[in-house]
Amino acid sequence: MATTFRLNDQPITLEDDAGGETPLLWAIREIAGLTGTKFGCGRSLCGACTVHLDGRAIRSCVTPLRSVRGRSVHTVESLSPDRSHPLQRAWLAENVPQCGYCQSGQLMSAAALLARNASPTDAEIDIAMTGNICRCGTYQRIRRAIHRAAADLREGRS
Amino acid sequence: MTTPAPKRPRVTRRRFLKASAVGGGALALAFVVGPMVGRYRRRRDMRATAEATGEFHPNAWLVIHPDNRIVFTLDRVEMGQGTMTSHPMLIAEELEVDPTVIEVELAVADRRYDHPEFGLQITGGSSSVRTSWGVLRHAGAVAREMLRTAAAEVWEVPLSECLATNGTIEHVPSGRTQTYGALTRQAAEQPIPEPELKPAEEHTVIGTAMDRVDAPMKVDGSGVFGIDVVRPGLLNAVLIRPPVQDARVASFDVGEAKSRPGVRDVVRMPGGVAVVADRYWQARAAVADVTVEWEGGRTTLDTGIMSEELRRLTAEPGKTVREDGDVDGVLAAASGDYLESAYDLPHLAHAPMEPQNSTAHVEGDRCEVWAPTQAPGVAREEIAAMLGLARDHVVVHTTLLGGGFGRRLVADYALEAAQLSKLIAAPVKITWSREDDMCHSMYRPQVRHLLRAVLDPAGTPVAWQHRIAAPSLLEAIVPSWLPAMTPDGTPGAMNRGLSNVAGGVFRGDWIADPTSTEGASDTPYAIPNLRVELARHDPGVPVGFWRSVGHSHTAFAVESFIDELAVAAGRDPFAFRRALLHDAPRNLGVLKAAAAAAGWGEPLPAGRFRGIAQHFSFESYVSQVVELSVEAQRVRVHRVVCAVDCGRVINPDIVRAQMESGIVFGLGAALKQRISYAGGHVEQSNFHDFEMLRMNEMPTIEVVIVPSTADPTGVGEPGVPPIAPAVANAIAAATGRRIRTLPIEPSLVA
Ligand code: FES
Ligand code: FES
Repeated sequence: MATTFRLNDQPITLEDDAGGETPLLWAIREIAGLTGTKFGCGRSLCGACTVHLDGRAIRSCVTPLRSVRGRSVHTVESLSPDRSHPLQRAWLAENVPQCGYCQSGQLMSAAALLARNASPTDAEIDIAMTGNICRCGTYQRIRRAIHRAAADLREGRS
Repeated sequence: MTTPAPKRPRVTRRRFLKASAVGGGALALAFVVGPMVGRYRRRRDMRATAEATGEFHPNAWLVIHPDNRIVFTLDRVEMGQGTMTSHPMLIAEELEVDPTVIEVELAVADRRYDHPEFGLQITGGSSSVRTSWGVLRHAGAVAREMLRTAAAEVWEVPLSECLATNGTIEHVPSGRTQTYGALTRQAAEQPIPEPELKPAEEHTVIGTAMDRVDAPMKVDGSGVFGIDVVRPGLLNAVLIRPPVQDARVASFDVGEAKSRPGVRDVVRMPGGVAVVADRYWQARAAVADVTVEWEGGRTTLDTGIMSEELRRLTAEPGKTVREDGDVDGVLAAASGDYLESAYDLPHLAHAPMEPQNSTAHVEGDRCEVWAPTQAPGVAREEIAAMLGLARDHVVVHTTLLGGGFGRRLVADYALEAAQLSKLIAAPVKITWSREDDMCHSMYRPQVRHLLRAVLDPAGTPVAWQHRIAAPSLLEAIVPSWLPAMTPDGTPGAMNRGLSNVAGGVFRGDWIADPTSTEGASDTPYAIPNLRVELARHDPGVPVGFWRSVGHSHTAFAVESFIDELAVAAGRDPFAFRRALLHDAPRNLGVLKAAAAAAGWGEPLPAGRFRGIAQHFSFESYVSQVVELSVEAQRVRVHRVVCAVDCGRVINPDIVRAQMESGIVFGLGAALKQRISYAGGHVEQSNFHDFEMLRMNEMPTIEVVIVPSTADPTGVGEPGVPPIAPAVANAIAAATGRRIRTLPIEPSLVA
């Protein structure tokens, strides 16, 4: 079964022999070949697989490929061509990543948050980011980086 | 009462091999092998390289190209702890180059990259900076001196007039300069010098908060972890694993699995039944069609039974690992007037964010492997032995690791990928599910501690008895590591014999496993009569190194019990510890630093309480003060102040990050985590029943680095041990209830 949608702003048709039931995560990783989106739990428990579906953060490990037909999906690879997205710059400035495995998902959750809320409070960050586990414990730096990126955006340094 | 000089047998993991060798004569053989062999290249070889490629390749780590590129081969893996940043800094300091221009490559398995203390190629024990500190600065200095002498020779000027700065040699009187790249051929001709290393006051790289080298590839999705490896013609597999520990496949029925799209094969292999497909999801989906009948296995494994057994073991004396003074005499004289507490800690999984996986390609008598592993040397040896290949016909590439925490010191995932590749004669990646990872780990063991102490009338402890019941980690690990330590060409039979002896040393209780008592047997508290005992527990659960190893449980027991004694003596827990640390200046230093930064003794907002703990591990000293509140049986940690003395600091931001990381790791375990067995199977399976600390539970963490001129020591693990007791001690302050069982269940709190 073929599913046509937009992946990182390009139209794409992915051929799924599992009748469209293949999780978007594995379709992105194995069929489209974009490996920035990670597998952590497969059950919507960790957030490592977070991508944007029409701008909202979703868990691609539990999203069937067929359900994104005609819609727009963005992965970490689309944040910027050169690590210049305000969140990427903030992540680098705060030296957020440790092992780095969760960070694609963290960034995508944070990007969805900032897109709808330019000045998130700590409580709003908690709500947006609590679905993303970081086993290396980088939460404090993630919080700082989100505030930093939000400030940059507000002050037009984007 | 006698007051002998305290003996402090400090047996750390880095010394375990020596300790083991004393007990098991045959083991000694493995350690006489000089791991440094081949690290510095011979002049002949350097010249040959320079003639062929123009490169200056003076040692195992460094290649300087004629176009000035400097490539550093990192012989420790990057799993978040920062080696890709700290290690180039060490080289750059002496090589006199900007560390950010150094290109970092990850080493393949090669004896030249053996860990200088363990004698095999692994990354663990919070030892990467400590054991590379001298070696890499020296390697950088040797290269620099050869470049200087090369320039002096070319210009025909005295060496003393040639200055190395920022990747160039300058002839100071004339102002002439030459880049390193222009001097590679001449440098390769120079004799290997014995250079002086810079005094610390002259360091310009070491001690700076250089940005992480690996961060850019981790914010744009380009970093390649094991799970991301792609090879031509690569197949993907999942392994159906036994539901009960050690059960074997009796039979299996492939059902319709093979007619599913993409599915290539369903094969029995060691450890279960593999479903092989073109893509991962095809294989995973086909599992539903396969029916496996299992037989045997350890169906009696049960956490309740293990707890009973641990209770029985701590009721009787164990093997003495430290004895000062006359504990029995003091206890007898106290005629029942002593304090006693027991502490129980559960099995724990590492649960690194990247599930286990490995890619392998066996072709004829060769095998190539890509694995996120802490133990490339072990992977190579195990694959060579299992497949009957020569060691140098097995190439192990290490990728980025999505967390390690000790789990990846075992190479089971790499071995199974190689076995399957051989079986199906194709390159294949096996990717574990989260459930596989949770249920088939080498767990932090379940452990019980029983402590007794006698206080004198002034409230000072005069006797301390500490009994530990725990499985031996070295019994589990050393036999698998030993063959990777022996010289190349050692016959397989000898390796197997050595492994048997090594296992037997611990199985037969010849040696008390130091990784079970570390942090207890070396307690810094000055107590004149002190005994530490160990009873070996062997329930048959696979166990292994879990971030901070023995310290992950001994610190909880020691630092909780000290706190209980302080309360019993009616003393302030900080002041009580301080008084007992007069012989331990660096423990005392971090204790005071943490207390000061946390405002110990100053009033807190209503409902908030503090707890303190300190612990020495991996040669570093850490103290933490926790601020928490308890509301409706919920523990909420608001703030953690952490003081660390890890000797000289290479990169203060990485030290802080590792403290933050260790604290979160330890907090998750203390508040939430437990692996339990029933009927031989692990009851937890994913992050809903083995929970992680999340953003909404994250305390503010403040890290204070205590200045030191001692050589650098570990930071990856030492942040973990103090946090659980600091939390438990704060809960006792808040509620009057003492936490003696982890994790801290709500019912224990109120
Ligand atoms: S992999 Fe999707 S939430 Fe964990
Ligand atoms: S950086 Fe390792 S899991 Fe988040």
